[in-house]
Amino acid sequence: MKINPKSVALLGICSALAMVLSYLESLIPLSFAVPGIKLGLANIAIVFVLYKLGAKEAVIVSLVRIVWVAILFGNALTLAYSAAGAVLSLTAMILLKRTERFSTVGVSVIGGILHNTGQILVAMLVMETAQIVYYLPVLCISGIAAGVAVGLVSAILIKRVPVDKFK
Amino acid sequence: MKHLEKKQRNDIILVAALLAAAGIAFGAIQLFKKSGGYAVVVQEGREVATYPLDEDVTVTFTSPAGGYNTLVIKDGKADVTEADCPDKLCVNQHSISYNGETIVCLPNKLVVKIVSEAEADVDIIA
Repeated sequence: MKINPKSVALLGICSALAMVLSYLESLIPLSFAVPGIKLGLANIAIVFVLYKLGAKEAVIVSLVRIVWVAILFGNALTLAYSAAGAVLSLTAMILLKRTERFSTVGVSVIGGILHNTGQILVAMLVMETAQIVYYLPVLCISGIAAGVAVGLVSAILIKRVPVDKFK
Repeated sequence: MKHLEKKQRNDIILVAALLAAAGIAFGAIQLFKKSGGYAVVVQEGREVATYPLDEDVTVTFTSPAGGYNTLVIKDGKADVTEADCPDKLCVNQHSISYNGETIVCLPNKLVVKIVSEAEADVDIIA
């Protein structure tokens, strides 16, 4: 795998941005209503990289974000949760983008929902109970709303931020 | 431009379909939930205790790792009122009384779930 030095710098910036967005999000307490509700702000950076640089680059940024956020602000358990969410969500987003039938909104909505699904699956394994699947519909509704917002913001960024000169 | 519009239309269809699916699932869960008879406490995947909801009781569960959660059953509802976990999500959740409802404490690996009488009977025998 060959990446040119300018892209490396850009990927570093995007990874840092994704981490800061994750941290910002952890400061907003939303889970008092339903545990696990999230805005998915970091997905703005991931969607941006996915569209501007490519799938491989999005995987790299996502990986860096998950590992470092877990090391800095989390633990092994939060790593398992976010890894499961990210693998499902990123795979679905890459595939959906490839169909070229949806804009960033559709792509990030699917990403948001699958992130929640991945986390519920891990929670079911950790807690050894299937009962928490009842949270999924509520999480999906909030995930869709957050996904639409993330998709719209990403679309603006993709349009306005020129990164082609880095390539 | 036409291409872009088509994508946006697809987006709207996708979002509407997903919202409908989630809404139906949520509605179905609400519709079929029954007031449960028992609160079952599950710790690290094992059922450790069962309490009928019609008797007021306060119990504290200590996890093998040393954490604790206090379960209060009052007025036919189960609630976790105190815990030493860092996020306090279990404490912040509302009290539960319907079949299938749960209070989950991830750090202490504790789940309180409401089951109907029939299920609880089976669990007691098992």
